[in-house]
Amino acid sequence: MYSEKVMDHFSNPRNVGELENADAIGEVGNATCGDIMRIYLKIDNNIITDVSFKTFGCGAAIATSSMATELIKGKSIEEALELTNKAVVEALDGLPPQKIHCSVLAEEAVKKAIANYYDKMGIEHDIMKGCDGCCDHCHHHHNED
Amino acid sequence: MNKKIYADNAATTPVLPEVVDAMLPYFTDNWGNPSSLYSVGNRAKTALEDARGRIAAQLGCEANEIYFTSCGTEADNWAIKGTAHAKQAKGKHIVCSAYEHHAVTHTMKSLKKDGFEITYVKPTPEGIITPDAIKEAIREDTILVCVMYANNEIGTINPIKQIAEITRERKITFFSDGVQAVGHIPVNVKELGVDMLSLSGHKFNAPKGVGALYIRRGLRVDTFMDGGGQERNKRGGTENLPYIIGMAKALELAAERFTENDKLTALRNRLAEGLSKIPYSRVNGSLEHRLPGNINVAFEFVEGESLLLLLDANGICASTGSACSSTSLEPSHVLLSIGVPVEVAHGSLRFSLSHDNTDEDVDYILETVPKVVERLRMMSPLYDAAERK
Repeated sequence: MYSEKVMDHFSNPRNVGELENADAIGEVGNATCGDIMRIYLKIDNNIITDVSFKTFGCGAAIATSSMATELIKGKSIEEALELTNKAVVEALDGLPPQKIHCSVLAEEAVKKAIANYYDKMGIEHDIMKGCDGCCDHCHHHHNED
Repeated sequence: MNKKIYADNAATTPVLPEVVDAMLPYFTDNWGNPSSLYSVGNRAKTALEDARGRIAAQLGCEANEIYFTSCGTEADNWAIKGTAHAKQAKGKHIVCSAYEHHAVTHTMKSLKKDGFEITYVKPTPEGIITPDAIKEAIREDTILVCVMYANNEIGTINPIKQIAEITRERKITFFSDGVQAVGHIPVNVKELGVDMLSLSGHKFNAPKGVGALYIRRGLRVDTFMDGGGQERNKRGGTENLPYIIGMAKALELAAERFTENDKLTALRNRLAEGLSKIPYSRVNGSLEHRLPGNINVAFEFVEGESLLLLLDANGICASTGSACSSTSLEPSHVLLSIGVPVEVAHGSLRFSLSHDNTDEDVDYILETVPKVVERLRMMSPLYDAAERK
């Protein structure tokens, strides 16, 4: 059901672990939903010099986290903010429909980390406003009645 | 990776070579339609009735109480809808356990739309439906009680005989989904006292696509599929003779191995013990009242689909109650019903061993699972938080 790229990023995740002295941390999702992503950023001169992640979740959650970190490493904050879930899906050669929400989480984890950085720096922003961390409210559609 | 350990026998089983051998003549030699009046048809009819008798003998009932279906799901649908529609003049209330297979729960949902009222009875934290809980849920207008014999995820075995005593006294139809039990433990429908019991061939080394429903003689159940009068006018459609022959053979072979159940239970217990040594793990459901080969363990801070993928990469086939392995986002309703917290239910694994699994298989599973769990925990933000406490 997964592409080779997804299986590769799941089996050999890039940038996994905690970054010591991270400049910013962003976490989205919750355990009840079955996935949590946490992204750590090192930022120097507006450039993401290092990035890592920790994820609780399915194969797609781990693979999208890994891919998202790869896609923003070395990029400017502005470039990282432009990362879309679609770009993550494309870079992974596609995801099954019921796993698309994992790519949304990956995009949001990056944005949340940058929001955290802006907050620390006292820079005003409107990233992830209104997100209470419960994925249920946005993109989880329960099909049970 | 050459190693392949199949530990998902509750999902399906391979068709045994002896079963294939028994089936083959019914594709090419004895291929007639059992309903035809000429000799080719008569030979097929004789074989069909022989298989029916052999399955009845295994279940301890009369041949004319066995009805062939296309699968366990069909048998479940028939038993429930057939009873509901036949008895709705008497009442429209059904008592059903809260942790049935979807073949039952989704049938209940469909009946609810038709105006039936369903009371779901929760199992104990050990995963057992108690006779008292059923007694409490029964009302004046109850027409049907449904309690599965053995649960498909946690393998727990219910006190069917005691529940049947309650329903018989109150003249309520009692249906038990026996799909996980038949072929794995001795099942005698007369001793149990059930009115109906379903079974599925592919759970005991017969092919997929064949099942049966035991219906006690004299019980009123509506016809499920209208057609040419097959199955004593109760289930139309030409009988799938080769598969039915295969199912009869497979059930006899399965029964021959009941004597090995103690050995299988010991193997399973060793697996359970080994897996429980992993920190932050829990065995779900009673180990005492349980199918011999089943074990269900939840590992905190990791997610089941990831576990399955890594186990598969190591040559181990198992199953999970995680939502992420299915199209729904809810984790297993079975685990939630016995009180497993939602986030823990996401990290559950089911192993269902067969008589053909070996001590070496269990050694290998016990060697592999801790590594895989540890690897995922190192990636999990939840594990950090727990370790810091």
